[in-house]
Parts: sequence; structure tokens; C-alpha cells
Amino acid sequence: MTASTVSPGSPASPGTPRALAGPRIGLGAWLAFGLILAFLLLFLIVPVGTVIYTAFVNETGSLTVGHFANFFGQLVFRESFFNSLGVALASTLFASIIAVPLAYLTVRFEFRGAVLIQTLGVLPLIMPPFVGAVALQLIFGRSGSVNLLLDDWLGFTIPIMDGLVGVTFVESIHYFPFILLNLVAAMRNIDGAMEESALNLGARGWRLFRRVIFPLAMPGYLAGAALVFVKVFDDLGTPLVMGVTNMLAPQAYLRITSVGVDDPLGYVISVIMIGFSILALWLAARVMKGRDYATLQKGGGALQKRRLSAWESVLAYGWIALVLAVTLAPHVGILLMSFAQVWSFSVLPDAYTLAHYATVFGDASGMIGNTLLYCVLAAGLDVVLGTAIAYLILRTRLPARQWLDWLASAALAIPGLVLAIGYLRLFKGVHVPFTDKLVIHSWVLIMLAYAVRRLPYALRSCMAALQQVHVSLEEAAQSLGASRLSSIRRVVVPLMAGGILAGFVTSFITAAVELSATLLLVSTESQAPMSLGIYLYMQSIAGRGPGAALGVLAVVVVGLGTYFSHRFVERSRVTTSTSTKAGA
Amino acid sequence: MKRKILAIALGAALAAPAVSAGTVTVLTSFPKELTTAYKKAFEAANPGITVEILNKNTTASVAYVRELPEGQRPDVMWASAPDAFEVLASYKLLQSAPEVINKSAPAKIGSYPLNDPKGMYYGQALAGYGISWNTRYLKAHKLPEPRQWTDLVKPEYFGHIAISSPSRSGTTQLTVETILQGEGWEKGWSQLLQMMGNAAAVTDRSFAVPDGVNNGQYGIGIVIDFLALAGKYSGYPVEFTYPAMTAVVPANIALIAGAKNADEARKFMAYTMSVPGQQLLFDAKIARLPILPYSMLKPPAGYPVPQDIAARAKVQFDSQLSGRRYPVVISLFDQMVTFRLKELQAAAKAIHEATAALKAKPNARGSELLAQARNLAYTPLVGAENVKNEEFLELFRKSRRDVAVSKQLTGMEQMWSEKARANYERARQLADEARGLAK
Repeated sequence: MTASTVSPGSPASPGTPRALAGPRIGLGAWLAFGLILAFLLLFLIVPVGTVIYTAFVNETGSLTVGHFANFFGQLVFRESFFNSLGVALASTLFASIIAVPLAYLTVRFEFRGAVLIQTLGVLPLIMPPFVGAVALQLIFGRSGSVNLLLDDWLGFTIPIMDGLVGVTFVESIHYFPFILLNLVAAMRNIDGAMEESALNLGARGWRLFRRVIFPLAMPGYLAGAALVFVKVFDDLGTPLVMGVTNMLAPQAYLRITSVGVDDPLGYVISVIMIGFSILALWLAARVMKGRDYATLQKGGGALQKRRLSAWESVLAYGWIALVLAVTLAPHVGILLMSFAQVWSFSVLPDAYTLAHYATVFGDASGMIGNTLLYCVLAAGLDVVLGTAIAYLILRTRLPARQWLDWLASAALAIPGLVLAIGYLRLFKGVHVPFTDKLVIHSWVLIMLAYAVRRLPYALRSCMAALQQVHVSLEEAAQSLGASRLSSIRRVVVPLMAGGILAGFVTSFITAAVELSATLLLVSTESQAPMSLGIYLYMQSIAGRGPGAALGVLAVVVVGLGTYFSHRFVERSRVTTSTSTKAGA
Repeated sequence: MKRKILAIALGAALAAPAVSAGTVTVLTSFPKELTTAYKKAFEAANPGITVEILNKNTTASVAYVRELPEGQRPDVMWASAPDAFEVLASYKLLQSAPEVINKSAPAKIGSYPLNDPKGMYYGQALAGYGISWNTRYLKAHKLPEPRQWTDLVKPEYFGHIAISSPSRSGTTQLTVETILQGEGWEKGWSQLLQMMGNAAAVTDRSFAVPDGVNNGQYGIGIVIDFLALAGKYSGYPVEFTYPAMTAVVPANIALIAGAKNADEARKFMAYTMSVPGQQLLFDAKIARLPILPYSMLKPPAGYPVPQDIAARAKVQFDSQLSGRRYPVVISLFDQMVTFRLKELQAAAKAIHEATAALKAKPNARGSELLAQARNLAYTPLVGAENVKNEEFLELFRKSRRDVAVSKQLTGMEQMWSEKARANYERARQLADEARGLAK
């Protein structure tokens, strides 16, 4: 029984990956590398470059670093930098506190409704930030239900939605699913034999979790935590709707979008955010460096599921209920809003109606179709690219392969608006081949913007998944005569399935709530996805109810999608394990 | 993968309906209720022409038009903020269409010209600025209803007011400018800073303010009339009033240069200013003020009359002056209020407390310290003389792409920011000291 080893300095570590077929690099790898690079250049680097080069040039077009010097001279910016950093760190911490127990309890124990809980745990991501904040204000805000009740009963209120604390609160409950998804995928991939050995050697309970299970799930956890950190660090929507401007992303946004002001400082901030995000991801990669997380056995059975004792169940269910109650508060809020006639300064709405659903009924079907079309294609493209990049980085010795990761991850820190302006500028006047239609009027550009912006999520999940697959499984396949391509198709990808699905789901869900690029790229009403529909409704007083109703529909559609993909993986897992057993 | 993309692109091209002649594409930031009402009414009156609404916020609209080649642009731009139209005009993205103007509309509302003096964009509806409040909120917090801007500086309103930043919202910029022109630079800023000391939030979107007042998050909002009125007519417990120091200004419509269907677009523009087009503004969900005199229309009972509000208004709004010092005003507001709200709130709170304490137990030294504190906290960092200085104003109009200009400007902003913080901090200390003396 071979087990994985933590072997610092071993040549098999992911940082210096073990190449499969000796020093020769196949033509296929080069081709894949070239295609991915071309895609990233055409749809990310060049369009963004056409916009943010302003950060580096003087009025006359000559190169300068003067704008950067100006940036660091400003008190507001230094303050913003440290605020962003603090909020990002705190949010990562709180998101971990929420996600780790949820993942551990549902994977490790016989748990009623584990899939349901994991699906519910993903719901916070589905809520567009501006809608989530509106709904949270109604529940936890200054005059929200909770504070009105507290004030009535106990005579005090909790200002949890104020300032940086508020931003941290909202970000933690919005982004913890990143950790949950990746951690669950990683824990499912742990070889049950590892746990058995640990048990044989006398490790139990907390010690078993701390010394064996959590370290083995580390790639998944780090992938999720790094995403949370970077996402919070770069997030714009939440601070903006909460009215916090002393953070980097709002400062950049406010400067870029002031009508008629072409202020390079906004782009300077973007460049700094891109640099810092890449630094954070690099640090996460550093932590992993010199360690090997791959395990050999896959079909042999995952972690054992245990039963909880009576009081443990009470504790576990209690904790989960509490966490879900807080994290699902925005959904409860929006559900109430969608039925509310008037809800103002009261614990619950004054009266209820179905009229809002009737209003959106006509609009909804086209928008649901658009959202599904764009997001499924974008997420599909993302996992294909993500798997390919992960494979190139971890399994080949191509020079500069790490650059693919850095380039793709840069998308995290690029404001959607900047990417969209870049597209409009780059593809100006270009026609779709064989037609007289302009590229910029085609919905494909919206889909590509989604794919590029959400690629980092899929990429992190795919990298984590591949890190857990031991390279000797491929070597075995190849020594049995499988070609490289077929060993990828028949061995690697099936073994990565959980991680790839996690990547697909994160990309899909987050693309479904994308707004900033959508707002600029939609060129006819018939192209509008649901996120835009919700936004447009929510921009008017009378539209809040219909907007909320559309939001509920969006949550249901995307939630069902997530649930069925979980079911799909559960079922294929069962089939795989039976067939493996039958084969053995 | 390339082939896949190409295939998808081809599929899209074939599937997407071509925009036929006779389609007017309207780029707007207006809410759906308004655009849908106009689309339906116009299409019914002009069979054969369809209206395509393209809803984007103002920033995205301007960027969108700028990046599109001529002949592919939308036809009509329809939005509130005059600054967006100014920017479009300065890039030569608008074309004049004087034939669409309705001659029955007055040339001026109060002292504000209805149409752009250069003839590039035209007033289509009117809007005034004022104070809106949530009646349940005020009742629960036992607060009186405010009537004038000066009411909002009172200590009882501390932490109950919301406003959007003038750098983000053209409507707030006009409100701020109205107060500055009505009260004069120094006094106006002093009043503004006192109001902002009472602010609970300075929001990024102008819509966030009426929204927050509607749901009771904020008690009082500084808002544009139709947003508050639409809430009131939709059943929310909100009220709205025009203070004496207000200005009534037009929301605008313009023909975009290089439009695809300019002729149909002109028809649409003319329709929005015609009698039936103006009558639509009275819809409860739209609640805007028309440009045509009420003798030609059928207004609902008790509907506000723009000419009356303009006549009552004490301030003669000078749009030239507003335009000249626009960058200075918004930048100063951001550095002194938006980015320093926490420190300003702390200073205002300390001053309110010291004032109350000294009122109960007067102390000469205390009053002196308090006066100093108020002076520090509520004085603008740019003097009235400076803002008339052409050289100083010129700096703000230069391109920020020039590193030297940018350095000067960021240096200035940095100085304002640090000085504001230091002043608020010192004011808080002085006020605390003054309160200590009152014991």
C-alpha cells in the first residue's frame, strides 16, 4: 500500500513537477500551450492592455512611472491599501470558520441531507452583490428586522452592516462557498487508506483531522482560501453598495468611471491590484511547494463515513442551522421582498402579493435562456482551459508554463468595465466572418468576457484536483500502452472529475451574477441575461418587487443546476467505484 | 478550440435578428417603467417603427458610444445628468436636431435654459431637488419633519441623513452647487459640511438614497423629486418637499452623431416632447415634471407645478459658473466629505455634545473653544477668492495624463485630505475639551 509522502525537496513536488515522458516535450503540449496563450492574449491581455497602458504613459505617449509615484504619495490610497488588505485577511479567516466545519461534517459523517446542505452552502454565491446587500440591509441593517426586534426587546442595536466590519461580514458570507466547494472536492479525493493507517497508528478525533485529513485536503483548502482572499481584495460591488470608499477597488472604480475624466490613477490602482493578486496566488503556491499531496488509490474508497453520537448530532446540526440561517438571510430577504407590497422600517412586509411574479413572467424566459447559454458555454470553456493549463504546469517541463497561470489569474483583478472597454476598442469595426454583423454586437463577446473573468476560479480548482492525482497512475497507463492523450482522457480527467466539477460550478455561478462587463457589452435587449434584468428592475422604485422576483427565479435556476451537477457526480462516483471493484 | 469559437460565432450571427430599418435604438439610464411606457405609446402612434431600448448607466453609456464606429451607434441618448451630454458633445458624438423642439415649451425654467445653449441637447422633462423622509422612521426616532436645508444641520438629525456623492451623481452636484450659489461659497460650504457631519452615508449611486429612505435604512435623503414621488405614489411611507433653495433643471434627450436611423430617431424625440408624450410623465410610477405648460396637459390633482417651484426658488442658478468650477467642487467634496466621513462624523458628534453641555452650563472659555472647533470643522479648504482664480480653475481642466499635472492635482488632493483629517481631529479634541469645561 503506497501512500503519499510529504517529502520536501523531492523531485516529485508540484513546484518542480515530474515530467512524464522524460525531457522531450511533445508537439501536443506545444500546440496546447500555443492555443491557450493565443486565447489569453486575444481576449485578455491585448484588450486590457489597450485600456490600462494609460497608467504607464505621459500625455504625449512617452513611457513614465510618474503616475505610480503620484499614487504612493496619497494618504487616501495608502489607507485604502491597508483597509483592503485587512478586510481580505479577515474575510478569509471568517469564511474558513464557516466553511471548514460545514465541509468536514458533511463529508466525514453520515449526514442526512449532506448534498442539500452542500448545495445550500453554494447559494450565497448566486446572489448578485448589489441584491445581496439590499436584502441584507433589510435583515441586518440599521433599520433591518433583527435590529428593530433587538431595539424593541432589549433597547440596543448591532451595527454589523457598518463600515469595514460590514464589508467583512458580507464578503465572508458571500465568498465562503469558494472554500466549501474546493475543500469538499479535496476531502472526497483523500484515499481512505490514509485514514485507516492513521487510525491503526492511534490517531483519533481532532488529532486525526489536524495531522492527517486537513493536511491531505490542503490543496483544496488553499485553492479556496486564495480565491477568497483575492476576490475580496479585488471586490468592488460590496464596498460600493455598503458605501465604503476607502478601499482600493472602489478608489479605482470611482476614478475610472467619473464621466469625462481620464484619470490614469484609476488604472494605476488596477495595475497594483493585479500585481498584488498574483503575489497572493504565488504565495499560496509557495506554501504548497516542496510538498506532495497526491494519493494513489482512488477507486478503493474515500474517507469512511461515521455516525455521530446523539449529542454530537445536536451540536453539529445546531451549528449548521446557525451558519445556514446567517448565510441564507439574503435569500430569505429577497424571497420576502419578491412577495412584499411595501416593506419599510418594519420587521416584516406590510402585505403580500403575487403581482411581481406576474410582471417578470414575460421577460424571464428569454433571460433565463441567455443566462444558461452564456454561463454553460463560459464555464465549459473555463474547465477545458483550466484542465489544460493545470496539466501543462504540473505535468510538463514547458518553459514559461507558469506564465499561463499568472496571465489567467490576472483576470481576477481586472475590473469588468476595463475588460469590456478593451473588447469594444479591440474589436472595433471587426465583422463576424462571412456576415456584415459586427463582433461587438454579438453575444459571443459577452460569453467570452464571462469565460475570461471566471477562468481563475476553474483554474484553481483544476490545479488542486490534479495535485491530488499521483503521477504514477498515468505512468502505469502509459506503460500499458496508452498514448498520452488517451491517458489524459481515460485516467487523469476522470480522476479529477470532482475538482473539475467544482471549477465548473464556481465559474457557472459567478458568471451568472456578472454585471459590470455585461452592462457595457449587451447591445440589444434580447441579449440580456438575468443579472442585467435584475439590475434594471432594481434601478427603479416600482421595480424592486419584480427585481426581487427575478432574483428568486435566478437563485432557483442556478441552484437547481448546482444540485443536479452534484447528483451527477455522486452517481458517477458510485458507478466508477463499482466498476473498479468489479474490475478488481 | 478555435474552431469551436468560430462555430459558435457563426451560429450567433445566423441566429441573431438583424436590426431592420425603422428601428430607433435609445440609449438611456431611465428606469424600465418609463422606457416601456414610451416604447409602447410611440410604437402605437407610429406603426412600422420599433423602439429598441438599451439601458445602461450613464458612465457605461458614454463609454459605449465612444467605442463604437460611426453608423453603428445607437440613435438617441436620453438621461438626466447634463454633464454626460456635455462630455458626449465635447467628443463630437452628438448632432443637433432643432426641428424636434416643441415650440410650446418655455425657453427657460426659472433662470435655467431648457435647451442646451449650443443646441446639442434638449430638455424633455423637469426635475427639482429636495428632501425626502421616511415617516415611520421619523416617528420611531421622534424626529420633526425637515423643511429646509438649514434644518438638516440640527443635532437631532445626527446619523439620519443620506446623500450621494456629487462626483458620482450629476443631480447631487447640482444640489450642492445650488446651495453654494444660494448661500455664497463660504457660508454654503459651512452649511454643507454641517449637514454632512450629520450624514449616515455618502452613497455611490444616486438611486441608493431614495432606495434607503424607502426601506427605512435612512431617515432622510437628499434626492431628486421623481425618485421620491414614485416611491410615495407606489405606497411607501415617504414624503418629499422642495426647500426654498432649489433649482428646477431639465432631463435631456439628444441625437447621437453617426446614428443609424436618424429620421426615425427625430420622430421619437419629437414624440417625447409632444402633448401625448408629456402626458405620460404623470404616470404614478414615472412621476416626472413635464416641460409643457399645464394648460395643454391634464395633470393629476395636487401635482407639483415646475414653474411655481422655480418661481418660489430663491436662487438664480448660473449654469456657466457651475460648469467652470465643477471639477473643484466635486474633488473638494470627495476629499473633505466622502473619503473623510468617519472623521467628520466624529467631529460633528463632539460639537453637538459640547453645544448641548454648554447650553446647560455656560462657560466662557468653553464657548470660545467650541467656536474654534466649529470653525476648524466647517470651513472649506479652498477660499472664495481662490475659486474665482482662473489659473487655479485651469489646473483642474488640464489632462491628468500629464504626469506633472497629475502630480500637482494629486498633491493638492493629498493636502486637502490630510488637512481635513487634521482639522476634524483637532475640532473633536477642542469640542471634547469644551464639553469638559461645562461640568
